[in-house]
Parts: sequence; C-alpha cells; structure tokens
Amino acid sequence: MQSVQFEAPGTVDEAVALLAGATGDTRILAGGTDLLVQLRAHMINPGLIIDIKKIDETRSLTKNADGSYTIGAAYAGAEATERDDITKDWPGVVEGWDLIGSTQIQGRASLGGNLCNASPAADSVPAMIVAGMTANIAGPKGRRTIPVQDVPVSPGKTSLGKGEFIVSFNLPGRPKGGGDAYLRLIPRTEMDIAVVGCGVALVLDDSGTVTSAKVSLGAVSAKVLVVDAAAKAIIGTKLDDDALAKLDAACQAAAKPINDKRGTIEYRTKIAGVLARRAVKIAAERAGS
Amino acid sequence: MAKHHVAVSINGEPVEYLCSTRQTLLDVLRDELNLTGSKEGCASGDCGACSVMVDGRLVCSCLVMGAECDGKSIDTIEGMADGEKLHPLQQKFLEEAALQCGICTPGVLVAAKALLERNNNPTETQVRYWLAGNLCRCTGYDKIVRAVMLTAADMRGGA
Ligand SMILES: Cc1cc2nc3c(=O)[nH]c(=O)nc-3n(C[C@H](O)[C@H](O)[C@H](O)COP(=O)(O)OP(=O)(O)OC[C@H]3O[C@@H](n4cnc5c(N)ncnc54)[C@H](O)[C@@H]3O)c2cc1C
Ligand code: FES
Ligand code: FES
Repeated sequence: MQSVQFEAPGTVDEAVALLAGATGDTRILAGGTDLLVQLRAHMINPGLIIDIKKIDETRSLTKNADGSYTIGAAYAGAEATERDDITKDWPGVVEGWDLIGSTQIQGRASLGGNLCNASPAADSVPAMIVAGMTANIAGPKGRRTIPVQDVPVSPGKTSLGKGEFIVSFNLPGRPKGGGDAYLRLIPRTEMDIAVVGCGVALVLDDSGTVTSAKVSLGAVSAKVLVVDAAAKAIIGTKLDDDALAKLDAACQAAAKPINDKRGTIEYRTKIAGVLARRAVKIAAERAGS
Repeated sequence: MAKHHVAVSINGEPVEYLCSTRQTLLDVLRDELNLTGSKEGCASGDCGACSVMVDGRLVCSCLVMGAECDGKSIDTIEGMADGEKLHPLQQKFLEEAALQCGICTPGVLVAAKALLERNNNPTETQVRYWLAGNLCRCTGYDKIVRAVMLTAADMRGGA
C-alpha cells in the first residue's frame, strides 16, 4: 500500500494543474461517501487525493436571473433539501439526490460524486438527465460543457479525460407547465441500492396535453438509459390509459437488467414500466400546480 | 510521508492534530485525540455509530478524511453533556432504557440532537427516517424512537 498525498487547492486552475501533473491514480474528493469506502476496501490505491471543496464554485448553489441554476459539483444533498427555490422548481432532481443513503450520507453526498462514481444505479442521475442538466468540466485545455448523460460510460468509468473534473452543473429554469419526478424501488424503505430508478420530466399545455417529455431509467442497464420511445408514447396525449400502456411497454422494452439478489431480470423489467407510469403521474400533477 | 497538520475546533475548543492521508476523522478522534465516544461499527457509512457534526452538519466521521478538516468546527458526543449535567436526550435515553449494549448510543444521540435542533416536533415517521442510518442491534428501535419523541415533547413544553 503506497502512501497517499493529499491536496486541497483553492482554485480550479490549481486543481487542474495538480490533476494534469500527477502520475499514477489520482482521485477527486467531494463528499467521500464512495471514495473513502473504496479506499478502505482497497478497491482503489491512489497516489494523490484532491479535495475540491475549498473551491467556492464547487460548493455553491445559485439561482440565476433567468431562472436557471448553477449547482456546485460538491454541493451536498442535505443542503439542497433546505433550499426553497430548487425544491419547488425541480422536486424530482432534489428527490433523486436526497434519496442517497442516510441523513449522514446526505450531509456529504454530491451530484458530482454520484455521477462520476458511474454506478448504473446512481439515484440522482436519471432526474438530472431528464431535467436537461449539463456538466461544466475544467481541464488542461480549458472548460467545456457536456450533457450529464455523456459523463458515465460504463460502471465505474467516465468520459472525463486526464486532468479534467466537474466544477458545476447547469440546470435549466423550470418551464411553464413543467413538472418532474424521480422514483426508485428498493427492498426496504431507506438505505439500499435501487432495483430500478425512473426519472421523468414533462411539460403540459393549458389543456393538459403533454408537449414535451423525457424518461430515464436507472439500474436496468450498464449505464443510466434515456428512453426516447417512452417519451414519444406520451407526447401529444393527455396521459390516457392507452398512452400509459405504451409508455410502460417502451420502458420494459428498453430495460436490459441483470439478475442479482435485489431482483430478477423479469421483476426489474416489469418494475421499470410500473415506476415509469407512477413517475409520469406525479410529474403531471406537479406540472399542474 | 509528511503528516498533515490540521487545526480544528472540537466541542468549542481549538485543537491541532497531525494525521496521515489514510486516517479518517474517526481514526483521528479515537486514536490521536483519545475521544473514544464516537464508535466504529462498520467504517463504511452504514451504521452511524461514528456520527458527528462537522460545521453544523450530521456526517459519518468514518467517511471524512482527517486531512480535509482544517478550519472546521466539529461537535462530538463528548460535548453533549454540560459538565455533569446530561443533555435532555441523554437523560431520557436512560429513563426510557433506550440502550442496551450502548455501542450505537453516541451516534444515535448526536443524530437525534441534530434532528431536534431542526425540528422540535417531528412525527414518528420523521424520526425513523432521520435515524435510518443509525443501526442498533439491541433495542429494536422502539425505545429509541420513543425517547426522542418524549424529549421533543419535553423541550416544546419547557419552551
Ligand atoms: C451507506 C451508503 C449509502 C449509500 N446510498 C446510496 C443510494 O441510496 N443511492 C446512490 O445513488 N448512492 C448511494 N451511495 C453512494 C454515494 O453516497 C453516492 O454515490 C454519492 O453521491 C457520492 O458522492 P460524494 O460526493 O460522496 O462522492 P465521492 O466519494 O467524493 O466521489 C465519488 C467518485 O467520483 C469522483 N468525483 C467526485 N466528484 C468529482 C468531480 N467533481 N469531478 C470528477 N470526479 C469526481 C471521485 O474521485 C470518486 O471516484 C451510498 C453510500 C453509502 C456509504
Ligand atoms: S463506523 Fe461510520 S457509519 Fe459505521
Ligand atoms: S444498544 Fe446495542 S447496538 Fe444499540
């Protein structure tokens, strides 16, 4: 076991320089709720750990003048739940984030960590994707912004290059008539990994017709899925039984889960459809309020 | 490798310590500072026996690095009683027999105090969700939940 260096830079540029200059495995520390578990279990053996929480941009959540939000990559879920603005505008985003672990875990768990740990069951990710969130990445070549769904590649792997890390996220303003929701199924009521997770964001016009929609499924594939066919099934409808049946079928068709102790392939596939129906109903109720 | 020199405040007192990168805040509290009230049940964030407050936020100290705490304000179970005078939660836990072996108790108390500071009128469901990350092998939880609810009622009554 090698000794580990530790740095806590105060600026993005210093963090990028440290990341880019490091040889060997280097890890970003946000809330540490994945990193420290992996370190202790000897799943990883980094030479350098870089704490990004001294960088103000990673630790703030700002509502911008146009109604959009800038969310620091290391902002914690428990902090977000105490904010009146984002919990009202994007309850689904906060739900996914706030479902992570216990009160203690929520005190630290960040969106950046949840996304970059790249678990297919990461609870905040489906809601981030359907809300249209993008990630602001800093690296040796400067900054770039990419959709959240392009960050995870496969379990434990991201598309970030050498020297890059996520500084913050952009969350659009809540559209008029918009609503979102995230639901997950776990064997107990708290502290477990999703059997299936489903995020939905949609927009209703004054007549209650769905004008746009996005549906995302977690834990039923090697990465979080965006299910366009499920969104198509409800766009242009008033969420009648026929539309919901098509949504359900599209989610079941998209799900490619594995068998494990939390659920069989058949069970997970069925639940993907059930959760999508329920999440759509909640999102539609919210859109009307 | 050189150790990290870290300056924090613990239960209101300034404290400095040296630690390696691999030491968690829990390791530092127990092994370097002899504050052994916080327990290690799992070292993986599951049991809550190591619960402490960092800058007013409830966390598992087994998932916080000692090195990252420079400048932080930390509150542990050792700071809960006022000298010989127990905190109302501690008193109620004794009266209601809300502990048996006591391993989970420091973490449960720190977590329950954090809840009552935010919400002095929680429902039973809120108490159970808030404490879902504090595992207890002995009591079956009912007595813990009752003690927290009764303390909240006392605190409201006295206010
Ligand atoms: C008891 C327990 C229960 C849990 N329950 C859940 C749950 O219900 N649902 C769930 O989804 N997860 C759960 N988790 C996993 C974990 O808490 C989450 O994934 C959390 O969001 C991770 O965030 P963090 O800030 O702690 O990340 P960290 O541990 O700090 O980082 C995680 C990984 O991402 C990298 N990283 C972090 N931030 C960045 C960044 N800005 N840029 C680039 N890379 C970065 C790190 O290097 C590391 O590899 C649980 C964990 C524990 C210990
Ligand atoms: S020892 Fe920290 S949660 Fe169990
Ligand atoms: S009293 Fe023994 S674990 Fe709770």
